[in-house]
Amino acid sequence: MNVHQSLAASRPAEAFPPIVTDVVAEDAMVRFEAVSKTYPAYRGKPSVTALQDIDFAIPRGAITGVIGRSGAGKSSLVRLINGLEKPTTGRVIVDDSDISALSGSALRLAQRSIGMIFQHFNLLSSRTAADNIALPLEIAGWPKAEIAARVSELLDLVDIANKRNRYPSELSGGQKQRIGIARALATRPSVLLSDEATSALDPQTTRSILDVLANINRELGVTIILITHEMSVVRQLAKEVIVLDAGRVVERGHVADIFTHPQHAITQSFLSEVLGDAVPVSLSSRLQQQAAPGAQAVIRVLVRGDGGDRLVARLSRELAIDAALLSARIDEIGGQQVGSLTLGVPGDEAVVARVLSFLSQHRFSAERLGYVA
Amino acid sequence: MSPELINLIIQATGESLFMVAVAASLGTLFGLPIGVFLATSRKGELFAAPAANAVLGVIVNATRSTPFIILVVAIIPFTRLVAGTSIGSGAAIVPLTIAATPFIARLVEGAIREVDAGLIETASSFGATPLQVVFKVLIPEALPGLVLSLTLAVVSLLGYSAMVGAVGGGGLGDLGIRYGYQRFMPGMMLAVVVVLIALVQTVQTAGDYLARRVNRRLRHR
Repeated sequence: MNVHQSLAASRPAEAFPPIVTDVVAEDAMVRFEAVSKTYPAYRGKPSVTALQDIDFAIPRGAITGVIGRSGAGKSSLVRLINGLEKPTTGRVIVDDSDISALSGSALRLAQRSIGMIFQHFNLLSSRTAADNIALPLEIAGWPKAEIAARVSELLDLVDIANKRNRYPSELSGGQKQRIGIARALATRPSVLLSDEATSALDPQTTRSILDVLANINRELGVTIILITHEMSVVRQLAKEVIVLDAGRVVERGHVADIFTHPQHAITQSFLSEVLGDAVPVSLSSRLQQQAAPGAQAVIRVLVRGDGGDRLVARLSRELAIDAALLSARIDEIGGQQVGSLTLGVPGDEAVVARVLSFLSQHRFSAERLGYVA
Repeated sequence: MSPELINLIIQATGESLFMVAVAASLGTLFGLPIGVFLATSRKGELFAAPAANAVLGVIVNATRSTPFIILVVAIIPFTRLVAGTSIGSGAAIVPLTIAATPFIARLVEGAIREVDAGLIETASSFGATPLQVVFKVLIPEALPGLVLSLTLAVVSLLGYSAMVGAVGGGGLGDLGIRYGYQRFMPGMMLAVVVVLIALVQTVQTAGDYLARRVNRRLRHR
């Protein structure tokens, strides 16, 4: 089953050519092939199917987001990628090796090429910053001198060398996550799994951590997989996104494409979280269904792609009407405008009809909400 | 109190400390690995072996629920086998160790279970072997709890060591029974009690201090 293709086909193809990103096998860093994961019944609890019919490929060297609500199957997905759990059916290929088929020392060796960062950092409280970074290297059996050199390198990479002898209890959340990132990169992994890594941080710290991740991706070429429930994280960093809901992939593709034309309800709800699609209360409370003489018609226009910023000017100029901007929110996702405008135009029926036809000609989806005096 | 009696007290204190020190060391030697195993061998855990875990749990509980004085008498043949005699401080180390081991094992299990499961998962995801997880994560992270557990074990052993005195084990308990009780010397009884209180106090204070020193979870400096 390929959800993405069927959804892509239902998009207005001429206006927004769907960028189908079916990664060819050799370009994939992580590939799920017909994966499902069912946890057996245990102590009276029924069995739980956490993931079902999962098929996707995550491209090498890119930043890919996996977004879903809690319970969507994100944690299971992470544990399948890093080999902590085995799929019930199907295969999980990481960096060309079938991690779902490995065990023992072969699995441990493969796990060293997968770095992980966590929501709660998971640093050892008994070790200093430098010693925490050294942990995966000790596990991998590196000689002491090489560990010391590598740790210094990593402390510089995440810009936290002045905290090398501090214990985690003496560090802020952002500093702890930098240590976490340095630790994850210690063994030079080819892929970095970020499991809600910014969910416990404030917005400003989140931004700085995302910057660190973007730098790492650019400079080291590490493939990054962002597992998150935060739309803003995916929007800032990821090129492609996989939307999970109830254990299934419901949409996947380029971030701009998916979020300018969300097909699935869950994707739409993620989008409205950042856009705040609702009409302001001060406006909606004054809305009337009947046009009173001299009233303005209120029209809501969805902006998905381009031209939203110039719309008011064009309406006023090309239709020679007085278009007022009542409320607006336009964001940029992957270089595409996404948002909505609420316009006030003269309430005369003929004018409203001209405006609506102008909007539909230019492929804006619009609706008349009512009238305000 | 005459110098002879004071000498007796000093000698008995030395015997008690010797018994407790050896029994605590041996108890830790056996109890630590058993405790770590108990804490990591349930279903789905690091060394998952639910059957062995259950059997070991029953043995530990059985030993712990036997009153110490009964244990001492019940294992006299075993004590003779190991120590060659059942009388004196040396022999008393055998039952003390047998009582200390399951006690320490349970305390260690508790301290190890306090370690955040996320840290085990973290180390495992880096490809750590189960033994690496134990030595690089579980024991260092549980260290403050382990120190407090051992402190508690030593304090309990001081009490037990006085008890073995009642059955010819030597040490402060022996002194208290023979002089304080049987010869009715309240001064001697008082001296024994005072020395025991001082020892317990010292051990507890030292343990608390050490536990604080190794605890990096607190913001200090």
